[in-house]
Amino acid sequence: MVTILEVNETNKMIEQEKLDVRTITLGISLLDCCDSDLDALNRNIYDKITRVAKNLVSTGREIELEYGIPIVNKRISVTPIALVGGRACRSPEDFVEVAKTLDRAARDTGVNFLGGYSAIVSKGMTPADEALIRSIPAALSSTERVCSSVNIGSTKTGINMDAVKLMGEIVRETAEATKDNNSLGCAKLVVLCNAPDDNPFMAGAFHGVSEADAVINVGVSGPGVIKHALEGVRGKNFEVLCETVKRTAFKVTRAGQLVAQEASERLGIPFGIVDLSLAPTPSVGDSVAEILEEMGLESVGAPGTTAALALLNDQVKKGGIMASSFVGGLSGAFIPVSEDQGMIDAVNRGALTLEKLEAMTCVCSVGLDMIAIPGDTPASTISGIIADEAAIGMINQKTTAVRLIPVIGKDVGDTVEFGGLLGHAPVQQVNRFGCGDFINRGGRIPAPIHSFKN
Amino acid sequence: MSKTIITVVGKDAVGIIAKVCTYLAENLVNVEDISQTIVQGYFNMMMIVDTGGSSKPYAEMVTELEDLGDEIDVKIRCQREDIFTKMHRI
Repeated sequence: MVTILEVNETNKMIEQEKLDVRTITLGISLLDCCDSDLDALNRNIYDKITRVAKNLVSTGREIELEYGIPIVNKRISVTPIALVGGRACRSPEDFVEVAKTLDRAARDTGVNFLGGYSAIVSKGMTPADEALIRSIPAALSSTERVCSSVNIGSTKTGINMDAVKLMGEIVRETAEATKDNNSLGCAKLVVLCNAPDDNPFMAGAFHGVSEADAVINVGVSGPGVIKHALEGVRGKNFEVLCETVKRTAFKVTRAGQLVAQEASERLGIPFGIVDLSLAPTPSVGDSVAEILEEMGLESVGAPGTTAALALLNDQVKKGGIMASSFVGGLSGAFIPVSEDQGMIDAVNRGALTLEKLEAMTCVCSVGLDMIAIPGDTPASTISGIIADEAAIGMINQKTTAVRLIPVIGKDVGDTVEFGGLLGHAPVQQVNRFGCGDFINRGGRIPAPIHSFKN
Repeated sequence: MSKTIITVVGKDAVGIIAKVCTYLAENLVNVEDISQTIVQGYFNMMMIVDTGGSSKPYAEMVTELEDLGDEIDVKIRCQREDIFTKMHRI
């Protein structure tokens, strides 16, 4: 029988330490929606999403109410649209029509984001992949809830540098296309290396072809809970520190696992994975940066930050893996700048640079995330940053990603407001030396030697 | 059917348990265990109840208990027990 102490501990986590389930993401395969006629394709897509996800939001609310734990987001991920639309879409404009259909389906099912306006081009691009990529600026500026991602490399295939070059241009064009809205389109566009098929978190979520027809994936959260637990072990050695993170991560993940199983049962859709990622929000006390500072750093970005993040990420996984029957997605600590008040403060006080963030991405779960950069940053520089991140992912056999926002009309020293969970960000300095000749070479970077394991 | 945990937290006053129990009795909810503490004038109670005999939809009960809490100036939460057992028991 549970005790009053345990009940109070859980409720304190929820009420004071902002424990929540960050997202229930319903993955839906759209492969059976393919058609050679664009209208028929759009109809099939809309019908399938609204049919499968009909009860997603209401079921999420039900679980939230009955267990007393907030489920912040209910979302949908779909099969990469470059695959689904390849037959019907003959131009980027055709793909934009599909994006609008996805947006309508997202709105009508009540989810706040739908991911999967994506192309997987880690080795090469089909004409459909390229048309979809070229349609991204128009698609993201004419929709509200659609998220887009492009996978440009993997440990097994190497890096598609033609796609890297193109994505630098596309990020810039997306910024231009949404410049009246602080270039917000770029917040819904992520460039990945080693993208997982079952990631429930936006903007990189898509429903991979290795997945079943529909599946429930859940992303947990709880930086505030870990931070609070660490307050109790100030000054203690690393063994105690690591053990505390691990135990707390176990508890947080168990809540996620419960929600995932309940959602799966009530919706009649198989449970896929729990993603263990610690996902911060802009509200105070819900910050990954604050955890690192609680470990003993004066500010995140100080020497020691990478080590602190590495141990945090590793202990979260060790605690979480035992708490869930299936772990997947990204599973680690997120370090977005605009969505984490501690990160924003560190940038503002001059403690955290783009270069230090890049070092941190070697040991965290994703990459350079939600970073505002000057609006006049050249496309080739953005491509260079994407290539650097992809190289880290490729060599270290991990997922890396880039979600940069070149804010048109803004420069270092300005602050940009994105609103809601996307937060606000100071515009950060980017290295001004060029890499155009490197990016313009074209072709592919071969897969690394350690990928040849057969 | 899993049990439900009702927690009541707030400033101590006369009749808190009576009001909560009256509501539960009216809705055919069986109270199986009660534990309570008072720390520095703050009332902290946990009840383990069985809602199996009640015809009231769960969500409605959660909201009505919350409203009752507002009336008597305490915080009342009604949650399925699983959230606690899953988190604290292997």
